[in-house]
Amino acid sequence: MKTILKTTVVAIAFAVSASAASAADLKACFIYVGPVGDFGWSYQHDQGRKAVEAHFGDKVETAYLESVPEGPDAERAIERFAREGCGIIFTTSFGYMNPTLKVAQKYPDVKFEHATGYKTADNVATYNSKFHQGRYIIGQIAARMSKTGTAGYIGSFPIPEVVSGINAFLLGAQTVNPDFKVKIIWVNSWFDPAKEADAAKALIDQGADIISQHTDSTAPLQVAEERGVKGFGQASDMIAFAPNAQLTSIVDEWGPYYIHRVQAVLDGTWKSEQTWDGLKEGHVVMAPYTNLPDDVVAMARETEAKIVAGFEPFTGPITKQDGSEAAAAGVALDDGEILGMNWYVKGIDDKLPQ
Amino acid sequence: MLEAILLTVITAATPLLIAALGELVVERSGVLNLGVEGMMIMGAVTGFAIANVTGSGSLGVLAAIGAGMAMSALFGFLVISLVTNQVATGLALTLLGLGLSGLIGEGFIGVPGQRLPRLEVPGLSDLPFVGPVLFGQDAVVYLALALVILVAFVLFRTRVGLVLRAVGDNHASAHALGYSVQKVRYLAVLFGGGCAGLAGAYMSLAYTPQWVENMTAGRGWIALALVVFASWLPWRVVAGAYLFGAVTVLTFHAQALGIGVPSQLLSSLPYLATIVVLVLISSNRRLTLVNTPACLGKPFVPDR
Repeated sequence: MKTILKTTVVAIAFAVSASAASAADLKACFIYVGPVGDFGWSYQHDQGRKAVEAHFGDKVETAYLESVPEGPDAERAIERFAREGCGIIFTTSFGYMNPTLKVAQKYPDVKFEHATGYKTADNVATYNSKFHQGRYIIGQIAARMSKTGTAGYIGSFPIPEVVSGINAFLLGAQTVNPDFKVKIIWVNSWFDPAKEADAAKALIDQGADIISQHTDSTAPLQVAEERGVKGFGQASDMIAFAPNAQLTSIVDEWGPYYIHRVQAVLDGTWKSEQTWDGLKEGHVVMAPYTNLPDDVVAMARETEAKIVAGFEPFTGPITKQDGSEAAAAGVALDDGEILGMNWYVKGIDDKLPQ
Repeated sequence: MLEAILLTVITAATPLLIAALGELVVERSGVLNLGVEGMMIMGAVTGFAIANVTGSGSLGVLAAIGAGMAMSALFGFLVISLVTNQVATGLALTLLGLGLSGLIGEGFIGVPGQRLPRLEVPGLSDLPFVGPVLFGQDAVVYLALALVILVAFVLFRTRVGLVLRAVGDNHASAHALGYSVQKVRYLAVLFGGGCAGLAGAYMSLAYTPQWVENMTAGRGWIALALVVFASWLPWRVVAGAYLFGAVTVLTFHAQALGIGVPSQLLSSLPYLATIVVLVLISSNRRLTLVNTPACLGKPFVPDR
């Protein structure tokens, strides 16, 4: 059913985008997995696209397709863009990886950029953000602000990106309170506001007084606001939805990266790279610290500065849930270990869904 | 804790209950409208937009009902007057609703909404345990239960209900007896649209007071399934909606308690429960076949 819906949406989107023709130096094209109005993942990527437009003016033209399902439809959408004269195409979901590579083979002159993937080619680069850096900071804040010593965490799917976020959150919290607990609920969806809200209610009813989420809507924060507990925003600054509850938010800032890469194509210096940046490069940004005492804000800023200076949150000693050692004291996990994380750190009672 | 769980179950069940109840009336008249999701999302965006612009939640709810009815009027015109295929038209209605709602709602993304006021019955809502559950809910929760009583009463205790069921069971006979099949079906379709619009307004004004694209997230389809689950009987719709809501909420609590069951299995429990009940009901043919409107999905042209 969903595929039929999305296919039709794609068809309509084609009709719209096909009518655009231009005299710009370069056409930068974007493929989104969700609607640009999700106020989460796709919304933030589209903010990045708008930043490109604002930065380059008439020199660069942009186009996008939203709600493109991962799979065969994605291949058609990407190829359409390649044929239409896009010089650089950003495909912004993990499931676009193989379709992107397939199309890239047929169009060697077009540059491709795939978000959150791991396979590259001469004309395919990958990029991702170190969201876990932000999660380490909010973990510290949670441990300072929680009275019950328990945070609730709403997870989407038990994939490495989300698991490493939970681990970073708890590692941060443990620096303040070694006995800090986190209760986890998986909603098995990236985006279902009502389900996320129900999950937040269940967590609060079971004693969590800080809510963190790795899903895309503002609903959990609204519940926190209503119930008088605290929480953190996700992907974008959600302060308007929870003026008293939001402590800060981990904001995905794709604009600088997009501008940088589009500039590289214009300059003829574009190379296939694997970019994985975070706070330091401004790809992850902490929204203003609000509703916090000054000393907690100072602590958060200090950690932020430490990470910008090169500190890796996944630095040992780190013990896995089963008691085995993940990293010895002073040793940082390498990128591959973080990007493929499929275990919980010690202190989480729950079992990781396999 | 039990009190809190019950409160959450009721809010989770209410939009499903309202939308399913409307669709039940539509199907009882012999029309199959698969556009519930589209009408619901239009109700959600219209309700949110009007409540935001006018500052009045009640106006928002009324506008949402109107939006649902407008969508269903279009559907009615196509399938009743132009006799188009009901399945295809219903699917088209869902697509139209999803697209159009995104367009209308564009300016309302990231705008915090206002919550419908809770209807607190003075004195009673302070009672321990039963107070908040029975007397401190959103107005729409009470409205939903009142609708169930109304629909059950009208369908089975009044002449209007008899005519409606006759049209759904045998439109040729009803026509021969002098009833306007088309008129009855139009009214039923409009009622269903109004209910779907109201269910949508509940999502965007009470459940999660905000507008984001696609926020009904498939609840219109669950409502459609609930009608079959309930074998076209209003009280069973209530049971189904509350069962669905309860299983959803309880799986969350089970997870937060750290009960070692895979979350994916827990997430699928509401659907598994639906299938189990469907199988149990279907094993007794008397229970299902008697209630299925015989003309469901069949077009009617009076001249032929």
